[in-house]
Amino acid sequence: MALEEHRQHVIATSVYVGIWAVLMVLTGVTVLVSFIELGDWNIVLALTIATIKATLVVLFFMHLYYSSTLTKVTMIAAIFFLFLLLALSMTDYLTRAWLTNPGH
Amino acid sequence: MATSDIEIAEHALQHHFADMDQQKESSTFGMWLFLVTEIMFFGGLFCAYLIYRSTYYPAFVAGSQTMNIWLGATNTAVLICSSLSMALGVRCAQTSKTKMMVVLLLITIVFGFAFLGIKAVEYHEHWTNHQFPGPNFQFEGAEAAGVSPQNIQIYFSLYWAMTGLHALHMVIGIGLVTWIVIAGWRGAYSPDYYSPVENVGLYWHFVDLVWIYLFPLLYLISKKHGG
Repeated sequence: MALEEHRQHVIATSVYVGIWAVLMVLTGVTVLVSFIELGDWNIVLALTIATIKATLVVLFFMHLYYSSTLTKVTMIAAIFFLFLLLALSMTDYLTRAWLTNPGH
Repeated sequence: MATSDIEIAEHALQHHFADMDQQKESSTFGMWLFLVTEIMFFGGLFCAYLIYRSTYYPAFVAGSQTMNIWLGATNTAVLICSSLSMALGVRCAQTSKTKMMVVLLLITIVFGFAFLGIKAVEYHEHWTNHQFPGPNFQFEGAEAAGVSPQNIQIYFSLYWAMTGLHALHMVIGIGLVTWIVIAGWRGAYSPDYYSPVENVGLYWHFVDLVWIYLFPLLYLISKKHGG
């Protein structure tokens, strides 16, 4: 009995199939939306849908929702450092044009 | 039942771990740490993409219009299906349905090859259209669209590098799942010990994750003109 407690949480098959169905629908939505001209919102919408899909995959297919705090913190740290990489790089590249060249 | 459970535990437990719980946790933690390094690995390419996209946006739009959105969408669906069969395969390992696990993992491998096959069709089309960065790079209508072919070449460099690295991960993933199928068929895994199945599953889902972002970023940059 003690061993049973050590075994990982088994997710119901219906949950996996449900997540799969949502992922397929969201893929269809992201393709359909790409045919509509929304200006800057095209990329916002595409990335929002991608992030929802990624979150579902990580939480359920990769069991993060049922994992230990240590594993959750590891994933949050990864996202944080990826954000640091992208954000700090962009603060450089996006602000270069702001500098005026002295003497011109 | 209690006695046989203890026997299984003693057999599967490596001597340097206190109990099965700690052993499982260490294994999963190690795999997630590896995935963190993978995120930063792909992160460098995503960062390069972000910088060049914001600098040469019109060229990225022109380049992305040559992508076959239907092949890309089909491949996205193929990967999502492969992730489902992988997740269900891991579930079978948890519930000691060895034969079903082998079948589901074989289905995962078939989906993996389907993805690579479709990707090969796309690569072939880009290659024959001279849409590969280098001395033979050509892009018809670049001047008419008012963008420099040089900048479209940057888009294609990132396209080939990012999808190529992703495809390499798919090939490695297929190899790993094949290993799990063989070991699983020989009865290496049980509900008390299936860490390799779980960890290969994590790897497979991670590769799916990367594609979930690659598809919109490379194929759906702006409104799709025509088919």
